[in-house]
Amino acid sequence: MKIVVLVKQVPDSGAERNLRAEDNTVDRASANNVINEMDEYAIEEALRLQEAHGGEVTVLTMGPQRATESIRKALSMGPDGAVHVVDDALSGTDALGTSKVLAKALERLNADVIICGAESTDARGQVLPHMLAERLGVAALTGARKLTVDGSQLTIERQTEEGYEVVTAATPAIVSVWDTINEPRYPSFKGIMAAKKKPVETLSIADLGVDAGEVGWAGAQTTVKEHTKRPPRSAGQKVTDSGEGGVALVDYLSSEKFV
Amino acid sequence: MAEVLVVVEAAGGAVKKVTLEMLTMARSLGTPAAVVFGDAEPLVAKLGEFGAEKVYVAAGDDIANYLVAPKATVLASLVKDVQPAAVLIGSTQEGKEIAGRLAVKLDNGVLTDVVSLDADGTATQVIFAGSTIVKSAVKGSVPIVTVRPNSLTPAPQAGAAAVSTVDVAVGDKDKLATVVNRVAEAKGARPELTEASIVVSGGRGVGSAENFKLVEELADLLGAAVGASRAATDSGFYPHAFQVGQTGKTVSPQLYIALGISGAIQHRAGMQTSKTIVAVNKDTEAPIFELADFGVVGDLFQVVPQAAEEIRKRK
Ligand SMILES: Cc1cc2nc3c(=O)[nH]c(=O)nc-3n(C[C@H](O)[C@H](O)[C@H](O)COP(=O)(O)OP(=O)(O)OC[C@H]3O[C@@H](n4cnc5c(N)ncnc54)[C@H](O)[C@@H]3O)c2cc1C
Ligand SMILES: Nc1ncnc2c1ncn2[C@@H]1O[C@H](COP(=O)(O)O)[C@@H](O)[C@H]1O
Repeated sequence: MKIVVLVKQVPDSGAERNLRAEDNTVDRASANNVINEMDEYAIEEALRLQEAHGGEVTVLTMGPQRATESIRKALSMGPDGAVHVVDDALSGTDALGTSKVLAKALERLNADVIICGAESTDARGQVLPHMLAERLGVAALTGARKLTVDGSQLTIERQTEEGYEVVTAATPAIVSVWDTINEPRYPSFKGIMAAKKKPVETLSIADLGVDAGEVGWAGAQTTVKEHTKRPPRSAGQKVTDSGEGGVALVDYLSSEKFV
Repeated sequence: MAEVLVVVEAAGGAVKKVTLEMLTMARSLGTPAAVVFGDAEPLVAKLGEFGAEKVYVAAGDDIANYLVAPKATVLASLVKDVQPAAVLIGSTQEGKEIAGRLAVKLDNGVLTDVVSLDADGTATQVIFAGSTIVKSAVKGSVPIVTVRPNSLTPAPQAGAAAVSTVDVAVGDKDKLATVVNRVAEAKGARPELTEASIVVSGGRGVGSAENFKLVEELADLLGAAVGASRAATDSGFYPHAFQVGQTGKTVSPQLYIALGISGAIQHRAGMQTSKTIVAVNKDTEAPIFELADFGVVGDLFQVVPQAAEEIRKRK
């Protein structure tokens, strides 16, 4: 089974994140850049598939040069190799453009199963998996909290507002996962050492047959016109309970007309 | 005026609030026209009350039995037919997925989690855990926008709600992912988390699944939805579907009450834009107090039952 796992580098969501004043793009220079959290679950799921069904796991990332740190980190968990699409012309690319580039790279890789995170913590788009499925003409099993494989048949459980649904498709397919699906492993020391020697192929957009005009600022179908910092919320009233805290709480709620 | 297509979110034969918000939002851009996937009959009257001039209906097994793709195909052909000024879709998992496919089909930009929309198509989004406000726009001719629930107050306006049936012509490529089972889980009478005007959430401090009854009791007295922190869902205190935060739901109610929640940045990501925030926490240093309009430093096992009792008394 040939498995490709999509990994995006994002600014750490546990710290302050900013957009750059000059072009409204994510300020990656000042951020602590990490693997998008959901993608760690995707890597784990890919490795479990490999353990059960054999084959090869390849990491695919589109991102700037510094994304190599995240690629090595991903490889230290166990995948066999990686493909890094990196090109100056990609700066400013929106979700639609990203899907164009990743789809081209995926066409070359010819995977049976593509696994990715359900959403990235910076964009929170949840749009990439179906964009890719649409471009590639493969099945999309998205938002999985559980994945089972029987031969070439994949079945997922996905949570909905009303409960959950069970969805099935034959390979080739793209599966996106939430953090409820598994518990990602920590890289071992051996894994970290081995990752340094694993092959990482870098591809430019020319290698993929993508035109500079289709991506980056020129190709973007969306523009961010401006951004402002929301004033931080300020602390209000704080009372210490000395037997009447519950009453004080209700007093406040009724002064605000909630009770 | 051009039409603005609003993809209807409904459950159990009732229109969801986000749909009414979108119908309200659509008016500044053009004539609201609803698009219903499935049985429209119980929904039409309500859609008309909120300004839908037309109701396009696409139903049948090809829509119901496969994931997302058929809906995007139907929507794309509708867009080609009516040339709308914009397409508005709820910012739910499925809504965003439909939007993603539609964007590829139309080679058009998509904006997700939008909270307001100007007449010129400029959208406002709140990003990075509620810390940054972004104004953005779609360059192409048909902006595809997903709208976050609880972004505005729906306003009634009479609309003709003229029903028109849409042909469902989908190809094999749209039928690759088959829904083999839909399992409804008992939800009780509480309002939906993302649409509720009051949310009461419990965290690790609640201590156990059993103790979550306390959170539910307060919620029910206030007519609120129940939420939970990740620590609470990870510990199995409450189902994952109710998690609020970075990796859970984003809520923006009038009132958010946090019980035994420390206020980690990833939790804030899902509740920071709430109108009023109230917290009960025994640690006076808990970061949740930095954003609470009203905080009680105390043991929730004392404070919450007393508050519940007091509300009962005053009713
Ligand atoms: C990538 C990533 C994504 C994440 N996504 C989310 C997310 O979506 N949602 C989310 O919530 N978290 C998320 N987290 C986790 C987040 O960082 C925190 O760990 C989590 O929010 C903590 O939950 P908590 O406040 O319930 O628990 P704790 O931080 O353990 O806080 C418990 C609080 O309860 C108080 N307490 C204890 N007993 C009592 C009592 N008897 N009475 C009153 N107060 C009491 C304590 O003083 C403490 O402040 C994420 C983390 C990461 C790394
Ligand atoms: N630049 C990228 N490189 C590789 N994978 C990506 C990239 N952007 C998004 N993805 C994948 O798509 C998923 C959903 O992203 P999004 O639609 O941005 O929320 C992420 O969890 C990643 O697995």
